[in-house]
Amino acid sequence: MSLDPVSLGSLVDPDQDLPEAPDGKAIEGRSPWLLAWQRLRRDRVAMISLVVVVLIVLMAIFAPVATWLTGHPPNEQYRQIGLTPDGLPKGPSGQFWMGTDDLGRDIFVRVAYGARVSLLVGVVATGIAVAIGVIVGLAAGFFGGLVDTVLARLVDVILCVPFLLVAIALVSITGPGLSITILVIGFFSWASVARIVRGQVLSLREREFVEAARSLGASDRRIMFVDILPNVLAPVIVYTTLLIPVVIVVEATLAFLGLGLPPPTADWGGMISDGQAYYTTSWWFLMFPGAALLITTLAFNLFGDGVRDAFDPRSDQLLN
Amino acid sequence: MLRFLVRRTAQGLLVLWLITLVLFALFFVVPSNVARTLAGRQASPQTVALIQHRLGLDLPLWRQYVGWVGRALRGDLGYDYYHQVPVTTIIAAALPVTLSLVLGAAILWLVIGVFNGVMSAIHPRSFLDRSLTVFALFFYSMPSFLLGLLLLYFFYFQLTLAGFPLFPAGGYVPLSQGVGPWVDHLILPWFTLALVSAAIYTRLTRGSMLDVLGEDYIRTARSKGIAERRVVTRHGLRSALTPVVTQFGIDLGALLGGAVVTETVFSLPGLGKTTLDALNQQNQPVIIAVILLASAAIVVANIAVDVVYAVLDPRVRLH
Repeated sequence: MSLDPVSLGSLVDPDQDLPEAPDGKAIEGRSPWLLAWQRLRRDRVAMISLVVVVLIVLMAIFAPVATWLTGHPPNEQYRQIGLTPDGLPKGPSGQFWMGTDDLGRDIFVRVAYGARVSLLVGVVATGIAVAIGVIVGLAAGFFGGLVDTVLARLVDVILCVPFLLVAIALVSITGPGLSITILVIGFFSWASVARIVRGQVLSLREREFVEAARSLGASDRRIMFVDILPNVLAPVIVYTTLLIPVVIVVEATLAFLGLGLPPPTADWGGMISDGQAYYTTSWWFLMFPGAALLITTLAFNLFGDGVRDAFDPRSDQLLN
Repeated sequence: MLRFLVRRTAQGLLVLWLITLVLFALFFVVPSNVARTLAGRQASPQTVALIQHRLGLDLPLWRQYVGWVGRALRGDLGYDYYHQVPVTTIIAAALPVTLSLVLGAAILWLVIGVFNGVMSAIHPRSFLDRSLTVFALFFYSMPSFLLGLLLLYFFYFQLTLAGFPLFPAGGYVPLSQGVGPWVDHLILPWFTLALVSAAIYTRLTRGSMLDVLGEDYIRTARSKGIAERRVVTRHGLRSALTPVVTQFGIDLGALLGGAVVTETVFSLPGLGKTTLDALNQQNQPVIIAVILLASAAIVVANIAVDVVYAVLDPRVRLH
C-alpha cells in the first residue's frame, strides 16, 4: 500500500472524534510555548528560584516598606545611635536588623533599596543588549553578503575588547551614573546575542515558509519580524534569562571598583566595597549585601537553567 | 593555513587600530586636567600651559595620535605623566604579577573543572553529579570580588584569629624571593580566580563528555574489551576536550590583560590594578598601552584557538 495522502485519508474517518488519552481527556494540540511552560512548571528548582526572583523584585518595588518598618530612611546617618563610641559600625540588633555601616546607616534598609539598582540595571541593560543583538543578528543573517560581513566584523571587534577595562575607562571618563552604567553594559553585551540569532536566521531563511511569505509579496521587514523572529525567540529568551545575572554581577563589579552610582545611593556592589575595609571588625557590613547579591544571581541562574531545559528537553538537565 | 594566519593577523591589527582610535577620541573629548594636577594648586596659567606643552597635550588630536602611533611602532609607548617612567617599564613590572596570578589559576581551574566534569559525565544523574552541578552553579553565580573577600575573611582573618596565620592579607612576593612565599601570597587569589572559572569548565566538560560518550566509536572501544578507565581517558576525553581548549584560550587571553578584580581585592600590583590606578589619575599613556596589550592578548588567543582547533580536529578546515 502506498502512503500517499489519498490512501491515508481513506484510513482516517474525518468525522471520527479525536482520540482519547488514557486518562479520558481529549488530546489537544499544544503549542511549543505551552509545552515549555508545562515542563518548567514541573521543574521544582526552577519554580523555587522563580519565587525567590519574584520576592527580590517585590523587595525592590516595596523598598520604602523597609523604611516604614524600621523608621530608618536609607541615607540617614545615625552617628549617635548607629555607631559604637569608637565610631565603628554596630552589629545586628533589634534596632538595626542587619547592623549599621561606617556612617551609621541602616544596612537592612540599604540592602532593600540596593535591589532597585541591581534589578534596574540587570533588566534594562539586558533589554538593550538583546534588542541590539536581535536586530543586528536578524539583519546579518537575513541580508547576508556585505551587510553580514560588516556586522560580523563589528561583532568580532566587540568580542575582542577587554570589556571590564574599557567599561572602567568609559565610566571614569564620563563620571559614574545610572544611565552610563546601563549603556556601557548594554553596548558590550549584545554581540553574543547577535551571533546566536544570526546562526538561527541563516538556516531559517532557506525554509519554505519564508519562500511562501515572499511569493505572497511580503516585504523584507515583514519576513524578518513577522515570519522569522518568532522562530528565534526561544533561544533568545533562554539567553536573556541567563544574561541578567551576568549583567547584575558586572554592575556590582563596577560599583565595587568605585565606578557604580555616586553616593549616597544604596548599591550592593558599592556597599560590599565600603564593607571590605571593615571586614575584620564588622562582618555584617560585608556579609549582608554580599548574601543579597549572591542569592539574586543564584536564583536567576537556576531559573535560567530551568528555562533552557524547558525549551530544549534534550539538553542535559541539571537538577531534576 | 598560511593564508588563514595572514588574514586573521590583518583582521587582528585592524581591531587593535580601531581600539587605539576610539581610546584617543574618548580621552580627547573629556577635558584633561592632568597638567593642572601636575602643576599644583598654586600654579599660574603659564605653568599649566608649559606643562601641557611639554606633555604634547596642546597639539591637535591628530598630531598627538600620529606621533603616538609612530613611536608605538618603534616600541616606545610613551611616558607615565606623573613619574616620567617609560610605560614599557611599568608594564614590565606589572606583567610578572599578572602572569603568576593568571597562569597559576588557569592550571587550577582546568584541573578542577575537567576532573569534576568527567566525574559528572561518567555518573550522570548520580548524587555526585548533582552535588558537582550545585557546586558549579554556586560558584558560577558568585561575583569574584565577593569570593575573594569571603576567602580573605575565612582563610586569612578567621584562621589568623584562631592562631593559624597561614595566609597573608594580600600583596605580592616575586618568585625570586622563594617559591614558598610566592605560593603563599598567591593561593587565595588563585582560588578566587579559579573557582569561578572552574564552574564554567565543569559544565562545559560534562556536556561535551556526555555527547562524546554517546558516540558509536566509544561503544566500539568498549565492545573490544578495553578497560573503562582507558575508554574514558583515551577515547572519550581526548575529543571531548576540544570545546574546553577553545574556551581556555579565550579566557586566558581575556585575563592576561589583567584580572582587575582579583588584583584589587588582594592588592596585587598586576596589569589590572595598574590600569585602575592609571584611570584614577587620568594617566593616559598607561591606560592606552595596557588596554591595547589586553586586546592584543585576546586577538592572539583567538587566532591560537582556531589553529589548535584545526590541529585537534582534522575535520575543521581553516579558510
